[in-house]
Amino acid sequence: MMDLAPYLLLAGLEGLVMASVLMLTALGLSLVFGVMRVVNVAHGEFYMLGAVGAWACAQFVPGHPALAFCVALVVAPLLVGMLAYLADWAILKRINYDPEGTIVSTIGMLYIIQQLTLMSFGPDARAVDAPFYYTIRTPWFGYSSYKLFTVVMALVLVAGLWVMLKRSKWGLVMRATQFDRETAQNFGIPVNRVYSIVFAIGAMLAAIGGVLVVPNQQAHYLMGGDPLLLSFVVVIVGGLGSIPGTIAAAILIGMSDGLLSVFFSPTAAKIFSTLLVAFVLVFKPEGLFGRSNRV
Amino acid sequence: MTLHNGKLLALCVVTVIVLFVLQFVLPPYLTLALTRILILSVFAMGYNMLMGYTGLLSLGHAMFFAAGLYAAGLSTYYWGVTLPVAFLLGIIGAFAVSLVIGLLALRTQAVSFMIVTLMFAQAGYLMTLQFTSITGGDQGLTLPTDARSFGLFGFVVDMTSDTARFNLALLIFTVVLGVLFAITQGPLGRLFVAVRENEPRTQMLGFDTYAIKLTAFTVSGTISGTAGALYGLMFGYIGSSFAGFQNSIEALLYTLIGGPGTLLGPLLGTAVMTMLIDRLSGITTAYLIVIGVLLIVVNLWFPKGILGTIRDRWLGWLK
Amino acid sequence: MRVMNKGQNRRSVLAGLAGTGLLLASPGIIGRARAQAGDAIRLGAPFHRTGIGASYGRWYERTANAALEVINAGGGINGMPVEMIVEDDGTDPKRGVELIEKFSAEHKVDAVFGHLFSHVAAATAPRAGELKMPYFLCSEAHTLAAGGFNRYCFQPSISDVKSQVSSMAPWISENLGKKITLIYPDYAFGYDHRDNMTAAIKAQGGEVVADIAIPPTETTFTRYMPRIPFNTEVIYHVMVGPAVMTFVKELGEHLGSNRPEIFGFIDSLEAVDIGIPQLEYLEGTHFWEGHARYAQADQTEFDKFYREKVGVDENGASVDDARDISTYAHMFSVWETLFAMKQAMEMADYKGPDQKIAFLEAMESIEGFEASNEFPQGEKLFNGKTHQAFSHQNISKVTDGKLDVVYRTSIEETLYEDETDYTQMSF
Repeated sequence: MMDLAPYLLLAGLEGLVMASVLMLTALGLSLVFGVMRVVNVAHGEFYMLGAVGAWACAQFVPGHPALAFCVALVVAPLLVGMLAYLADWAILKRINYDPEGTIVSTIGMLYIIQQLTLMSFGPDARAVDAPFYYTIRTPWFGYSSYKLFTVVMALVLVAGLWVMLKRSKWGLVMRATQFDRETAQNFGIPVNRVYSIVFAIGAMLAAIGGVLVVPNQQAHYLMGGDPLLLSFVVVIVGGLGSIPGTIAAAILIGMSDGLLSVFFSPTAAKIFSTLLVAFVLVFKPEGLFGRSNRV
Repeated sequence: MTLHNGKLLALCVVTVIVLFVLQFVLPPYLTLALTRILILSVFAMGYNMLMGYTGLLSLGHAMFFAAGLYAAGLSTYYWGVTLPVAFLLGIIGAFAVSLVIGLLALRTQAVSFMIVTLMFAQAGYLMTLQFTSITGGDQGLTLPTDARSFGLFGFVVDMTSDTARFNLALLIFTVVLGVLFAITQGPLGRLFVAVRENEPRTQMLGFDTYAIKLTAFTVSGTISGTAGALYGLMFGYIGSSFAGFQNSIEALLYTLIGGPGTLLGPLLGTAVMTMLIDRLSGITTAYLIVIGVLLIVVNLWFPKGILGTIRDRWLGWLK
Repeated sequence: MRVMNKGQNRRSVLAGLAGTGLLLASPGIIGRARAQAGDAIRLGAPFHRTGIGASYGRWYERTANAALEVINAGGGINGMPVEMIVEDDGTDPKRGVELIEKFSAEHKVDAVFGHLFSHVAAATAPRAGELKMPYFLCSEAHTLAAGGFNRYCFQPSISDVKSQVSSMAPWISENLGKKITLIYPDYAFGYDHRDNMTAAIKAQGGEVVADIAIPPTETTFTRYMPRIPFNTEVIYHVMVGPAVMTFVKELGEHLGSNRPEIFGFIDSLEAVDIGIPQLEYLEGTHFWEGHARYAQADQTEFDKFYREKVGVDENGASVDDARDISTYAHMFSVWETLFAMKQAMEMADYKGPDQKIAFLEAMESIEGFEASNEFPQGEKLFNGKTHQAFSHQNISKVTDGKLDVVYRTSIEETLYEDETDYTQMSF
């Protein structure tokens, strides 16, 4: 059996990879919740569509897998974003973003997306080539360099999102809408457009997560369930709608999930993390990292 | 006690009578299907208690259904208790679980409440997998043959007989319907609605809304668990898929379609959805799309469900 | 909300309600039209068209259709054509129970066959017994042979997990190694493997040095790899679920070229192309196969016939689409089960449900099947007491991205002592 130190190193690396993908998907969920005050249950399906999109790109783009990967990184999120924009226009706007109605409608969307994927993409899991293969060998184990690349990509994207939110006019508009919808509207901010775009961006973040993860895993029509649940966990532990909180929570959950399952059975680790969420919400509803928020 | 809402009571009585007569009219399969619909609508009625009348949307009612299912099923599987005792144990199990979860979850509101119930239910589901050596995990346990019949007051009831099964389901359904009628149409029911419509005001009037909500939550969970216990004992199988998310969603769906906050809505919603899926599954694999579209459409145009829409437009007493 | 004319609206709502009610109450328009006893044999087929078993369900359905075509072309059963009514069970136990009722009470079928996933079968089997509906499993679960079901349930084609595992353990310990690390899904199907393999390898003088249970929903496995002890000689993996390619890839990354022997169950790689780059690491490892996916050098004419009828090429892929890989190691059980039912029905001169008991007793009296077009996987023994078939098991090695059978167990190796006797149970 491996010594404890390399064991922990490996668990740490795995946790880091998980945390970075989780950061992207959870940020999407968190952004939507923060600005629009709605929970999107179909979020995991946007992630799945990203992965399926990456597979489709790999089929249609000839040449080196890296080329298809780059195309997928642009095309898949764009398509998913458009779909989300459409869903927002066709459904969510019409129920006026009623929080409970949104949950019910997005559950409906979840079923529709899943079933359409099953009918077109099929029931099998399909693999996508990584843009590059290189295994980093340590004295105890080997590790995929692509996984580390995922971490870098996620960090770059999150940093970009951060800058956009904090520095750009768009970010200001979003934050204004988040802070007070009516006042924002009075100041001439097209709140309805902001909502549609935020919903689309949230979906795109999930889709990017899907594209990044698919060379490590495979595309499968039921793959959206776990990321949805984990994103929930992260968003709640981080404080609903708080972006720094979400990032911190993604790292905490990603790392602890890796480490916990070293010492406990993985199912027990999952029980622990779901109960953690429940108890955080019950006893510290602003999240472990959030300031008191008007939820 | 004064009688509130006599019209609704009359409708309930007529419904039960019609249901009873249906077993002589319907072809055998539809009677079997109706048995299942009755049990599942008890589940949905429990759900409706909380969602429809008290305005608390839970995403974790599978947990209570499963609590009843496992408490009843495991006690007869391992200890060989008779079915009526197992059924009672199922109800008690669901009561205990819903009381504890209610105490915790009701500290939260709205979206947080939905997520807390979802998470507790998910933890419950994972526990049925974690303790596979006891629960049989996702493969589940098949109840032994001697757990398929019972004697009570001199009568021997055979759970494998379709007639016995139907009438037993109808009996439980009727009792639950009666209990819910008494609760929802009486003073307690008005308090539930008061909480739904305006919680701060109810609080201001001097009512302990936490206690009111806890009552609704516990009643709701216990009834859902009753359905679970009944389902497990009647069909002789307990498994973790009943604790899964999909099961919670089904209760929500049945209630939504039928009409949240109407006494008979869950029965109607369950009947419509069950039969719709049943008809579609032979024709197309795309029935999940139909469910998805229905969820969206109902939510868009009939957020009050079938009976809720009828109530709002024409029959105000239908609640 | 739009404002509508109230009267019109009421009418349209009522009309809509009435229409929906009519549709819902109409008992299976399609099934009912031809339901008339004595003109045909009707079989209920609840397949996993959707849900986690969907890859299997699709091929089970294709295989069943092919078998029925052969049966009907040959004059059906006892002069009657055979019809199949397919329903989707969503790989869901609750729906499985509902469907057996539907088949029994509405479609009034003669028998039901085709369930694979053990949790669906476990829920459905007791109800089948109560409805007195002959129920033929195409699953590997040991529950039936262990006495967990009832006299109406049969598994006449595929061998159960216990028999698969115990028959291969001697070969594994002799040829691959005696120190085994088990990697299996953390639920009942996995425990069957764990318990049977642990016992079987102990009987061979070997030992299980580690057992690693992985939750069925897991998508990444690297963090479980450190639990594989360095002294492991054989990694025994049985994983069911779409994540298997990740598992293989991560196993490769983790262990590199310096790896122990690897023995796996093909279950997780059914419907998956073995020759893709993501699975390169499997080269040189071994697999259990119920029926060899790649046509072997000594391919029987029966296997050739079966492939042609089902529409599968020599690589186990669909003849229409080489990327559409079949679930070849399991789906023969659908084909063979149908022919086993045919044989029993012919022995009982079965004409309709009145002769159900005679049909089932005929089934119980069967002692085995010869290798033939009807039984392309090969000869098998049938145990009328436990209702379970026992057949040769294949151990295949991945060579140049294909599976080559390197050992075929004898039927004797697959046998174990009876654990139940259904013939003592009343109908």
